[in-house]
Order: sequence, then C-alpha cells, then structure tokens
Amino acid sequence: MTIATPVTVSAAAAAAPTPPDAGGSWRATSEAIALPLAALALALLLFGVFIAAIGKDPFEVFRLIYKGGFSTAFAWQNTLQRAAPLVLTALCVALPAQAGLIVIGGEGALVLGALAAAFVGQLLDGLSPLVVQMGMALAGSVTGGLWITGCGALRQFRGVNETISSLLLTYIAIALFNHFVEGPLRDPASLNKPSTLPIGEHNMVGALPGLDVHWGLGYGIVFCILAFVVVRATTHGFALRVVGGNVRAARLVGLPVNRLVLAACFLGGAAAGLAGMAEVAAVHGTANASLIAGYGYAGILVAFIARHNPLAIVPVAILLGGINASGGMLQRRMELPDATVLVLQGIAFMTILASEAWYGRLRIFQAGERA
Amino acid sequence: MDGSLGWWGVALAVLGGALRVSTPFLFVSLGECLTEKSGRINLGLEGVLVMGAMGGYAVSLHTGSPWLGVLAAGLLGLLLGVLHALVCNLPRVNDIAVGIGLMLFGTGLAFFFGKPYVQPQAPLLPAIPLGAWSDLPPVQSALQINVLLPLGLMLAVVMHWALRNTRWGLVVRMAGDGADAARAMGYSVPRVRLAATAAGSFFAGVGGAFLSLYYPGSWNEGLSSGQGLMAVALVIFARWRPLACVWAALLFGGAAALGPALQSVGVTSGYYLFNAAPYALTLAIMVATCSTRRTLAGAPGELSVTR
Repeated sequence: MTIATPVTVSAAAAAAPTPPDAGGSWRATSEAIALPLAALALALLLFGVFIAAIGKDPFEVFRLIYKGGFSTAFAWQNTLQRAAPLVLTALCVALPAQAGLIVIGGEGALVLGALAAAFVGQLLDGLSPLVVQMGMALAGSVTGGLWITGCGALRQFRGVNETISSLLLTYIAIALFNHFVEGPLRDPASLNKPSTLPIGEHNMVGALPGLDVHWGLGYGIVFCILAFVVVRATTHGFALRVVGGNVRAARLVGLPVNRLVLAACFLGGAAAGLAGMAEVAAVHGTANASLIAGYGYAGILVAFIARHNPLAIVPVAILLGGINASGGMLQRRMELPDATVLVLQGIAFMTILASEAWYGRLRIFQAGERA
Repeated sequence: MDGSLGWWGVALAVLGGALRVSTPFLFVSLGECLTEKSGRINLGLEGVLVMGAMGGYAVSLHTGSPWLGVLAAGLLGLLLGVLHALVCNLPRVNDIAVGIGLMLFGTGLAFFFGKPYVQPQAPLLPAIPLGAWSDLPPVQSALQINVLLPLGLMLAVVMHWALRNTRWGLVVRMAGDGADAARAMGYSVPRVRLAATAAGSFFAGVGGAFLSLYYPGSWNEGLSSGQGLMAVALVIFARWRPLACVWAALLFGGAAALGPALQSVGVTSGYYLFNAAPYALTLAIMVATCSTRRTLAGAPGELSVTR
C-alpha cells in the first residue's frame, strides 16, 4: 500500500472530525474562523505594504476594492455574478479534498461541461425550455464528473498522483474544447470568435428571483449546502473523511475506499461541469473561448481559504468575486495593472497556507491548557 | 530545393523545435529535479518561470546586457524559491498547495510589473549557428542553437556528478531519502531543502529568461505555455536523474514543435489536438510507469507525490 499515507496535511486537517468533547467544539469552530480571518488580514496588510512600496496609496486601493465590489447594488450584482462559477469550481477542490486528494483540474471539467451543455442544448432545441435546461445541466455535470473521476481512478488504480494528472487533463480538456469549438461544432456564422451553435435565447436560464444574478449562483449555494450535509451529517460523509484522515484505517475497517474516492471526485467534477453549464446557459448562450477564464484556478484558492468546508466556500467565493470585480476600477482610477488583484490573491493564498501551521498551537483555542 | 522539404521538413522542424524549445524544459526540469531530490516538490516553478522571463527581459532592457538579464532572472527565481521553502518549512504546511500559491503569486507579480515591458524590444541572447555548414535555410534555422542550451547540458552533467560524488550531493539525497538519517547526522533538513529549493528555482528562473530573451524573444502575458507545470511530470519521466532530464526535455520540445510543424505542411485539422501532445504524452508515461503497489523506481523516499 504505497499510497496508503496521504501527506496532504491541509486537506486531511480540514477533513478531520471535530474533537468529540463538548467544550472543544466551539473552540475548534472559532479557531477555524479566526485563523483564516487573521491570515486574510495579514495578507491585506502585506498587500498594503506592497502598494505603498510602489508609491500608491494603499487606503485608496482598499477603498476602491470595497467600492468596486461591495458598495452599490450594481457592484454586488457584478460580484455575485463573478462568484457564481467560483463556488462550483471550489467544490471541485473541496469535495475530493475530504478524501485527501488535491485535485486542481476544475478548469478542465468546467470547459468540457460547458461544451457538453452547449452541444446538448442545441440538440434538444425545440423541446420545452425546462427539459432543455435539465438536459444541459445533466450533460455538463456528468461530463465534468467523469473527467475528474478519471483523475481519481488513475490515482486509485494506477497510483498516478491526482494533482499532476488533473493538471495535465486540464490542458488536454482545453485542447479538446478548442478543437471542437473551432472544428466539428463550430457555428459557421461565428466569424471573429469561433463558437458553437447558440442554444437559443428562449432556452437560457434566467435570473434568481429578486436578484439580477443568474441561477448559477443558486446551483452553487444549493450544491454547497448539500455537500456540507452529506460530508458532515451522513455515514457516507463520515466514511469519506475517514479515508481522508487515514486510508490505512479506512481499509482496515472495511470501507469501500476506491468507491468513496471516485464518488467524491465525481461530485466535485460534476460541480465544476455545472459551473460550465451555467456559464453557457445563463451568460454566454454558446460555448466559446470566453469560458477559459481561469475560474477553475480561482476555485482552488477559494477552496483552500475555505479550508475545504463547503459552507465556507460561499462567503469566500463572494469575497474573491468582489476583489475580482474591483480590478477594473483599480485599473481606471489608480492606473494599477489588472494583475493587481492577482498579486493580492497570491499573497492571500500564501498567508492562508502558512496559517495552517498555527492550528492547535494557540493557547486561547485549546480547551485543556487553561489551567 | 528552395526550402520546401516536404515531410522531411516536418522531421527537421521537429528536431529544430526540440533543440529550440527544449531549453526552458531542461532548466525547469533540472531545477525541479534538484528540489525533489531533497524531498520536496515545488509545483510553483510556473510562477518562477514567468517571473524570470519578465525580470530577465526588464533587466536586459534597462542595462543593455542580456546576460545580466539571465542573472537577474535566476536571482528572482531564487527569491521565490526561498519563499516557497520558508512557508513549507512551517509545520503541517503542504508543499503541493504552497506550489499552487507560488504559481499564482509569481505570475501575478510578473504580470503586475511586466506591463511596461510588453512593447519595447530588449537586447536578446546570441545564437550559435551550428547549421552553418549547410546552404539550406531550413537546416540552418533548425540547427541554430541558443547559448543557454550548452549551459543547460553542462549543468545536467555537473548535477549528475555532484549528486553522486560530493558531500553536498549526499546531504541533499539524504534529506530526500531519509530525513531521519539526515537529522541523525546533524544536518538540518529544512535548511537543506531551503537550499535545494532556492537553487532549483534559480535554474527555473534562468529557463524563464530563455523564453523572453531568446525564443519567442519578447515579453507578454501568454509567454509560458505551462513549461513550469510540466517540470514535475518531466522529472518523474526522467526518474529523478539529471542526465535523463536532458532526453526528457528534448522529447518534450519535439512534441511541442509537432503541431506547428504539421501545420506548415498543410495538416491543419486537429491543430489543437497536436498542441496537447506533450500533455497527453506525459500522462501516458505516468499511467504506464506508476503503480499502486510500489513507489516509482528512483523516487526520493520523502517525496509526497510518490508515496
């Protein structure tokens, strides 16, 4: 059993069941909230120092990030629109992480899910829009799910590291996507920007009731809540976390390790594929290169900041969506390059990862050490 | 023979492409090899590569010396490597995740500072015309070697020798194969890994300088096509042997040149699929060589990816 001891500490730590003693539970919860917040605050501080070092006013930058992401109804709409795919692609990292896998191929599952959804959408055109939409959602999520299941299967049956295989599969997925969009599935009418045949305005998924944000966000939030319930409150979820915590123990007690890992991979990939479907069915109306926008990679960041907790993914994705939404304003108002938000994300990622080292080491969060 | 060599042209273009495109693969894979020999994986070499490309180009532009650019690229890579190692040295921090973070951070920084350098043309590295004996222009252009390639080959030989025959090589391998043994001998494993990661990232930074200072020879945000990411796969393919990294790099360079070469003789359908050839090749090799029952032959024992 050479793959028996995953050293994926961050994933395992997040998946580890909370300590059973009653007093420790809320301490663990507050630790799980306070430490990422502290890491984010440190990231903002470092980013501020960075901005000051290049001669700009950091407070003005922070003000603009708030203004561009969270101040007005329009900003919120923009933010939530950008958060929608991130919620789902983050699940593509967080769900396999429960089983101790680090899958970073959400981008590939997203583009292939989008391609499948666009294909099925124009194939079913003519049926009632609801049927078309359900067909698209099914096609997108199954395609994405099978794609990531491939990574899980390669790991379980061939011992291929899932991080690397998912990354390679992403490049292959994007090549396949480009091949089909510019070749067999190309709409002859799309001259400047090769696209698939449009699914048709009447088949598009509308906005969430009361909000000007498309249903993709709704799918994401529902998926997150379901994932949270399954992972934290069912025996399957518990078994999955046992696999993530200690594969050897899981095998010893007779858990179907392979099946659990593959199921987690399938659900994660399905989430990313659904994100692709939502981008097609609610935003673009067709599959084209606009879909390759790095949502999959941003989802990795979201999942790690949320420490693979499905419920925490939603606020983190909204936060990141807001930061992304403010990029344009930073560019216009302060003449900062659009990569500014990338720098902030990079710093935040590093501080969040570094904060892993402080779990269980700070006195105030420990139950027994007060005396 | 007026330059149209037909299918021979494809073979020649693949060879030329292998010689031209393989240099960044060679540097990143040697860097990754050294890091992994010390028992840690650096998935962030992509960020290092892009940062090196940007920094090397900027310094070459400002100083007028491409060689200073190469040095600066290496040093920037070294700094990012130190960052990776320092974060990884904290307890319970996962090196793969830190690598992803470094990828994001490095490319973000490079794009941030690289904006003013998209337009101006910096002095580039010189080429060595190995094909001067032929009067066929395609042969000449295929055999035009950049100056960094011989340096990379030398580096591979030196690394091969040093890992086997020097005290430092032994210490690095010991940290990678049995951290407890290294600790028992009185070496600080985190410090050894810090040094190995920093040096490895230096090489990757130099590989980045090749991209901006030789081929394609300019700086833009789409410069790297994932060479840094593929370093990890290359090293597995080369079974952690520096000399084998040379062959792996040449093979990947050739695979990367296949798509454009076929396009030049009129095979245009499936262009994107040929572009995916290096990735499919890597995956196929990993599927063929990995196993759940044993660790890969030659893999450092402490490495998280292969356990």
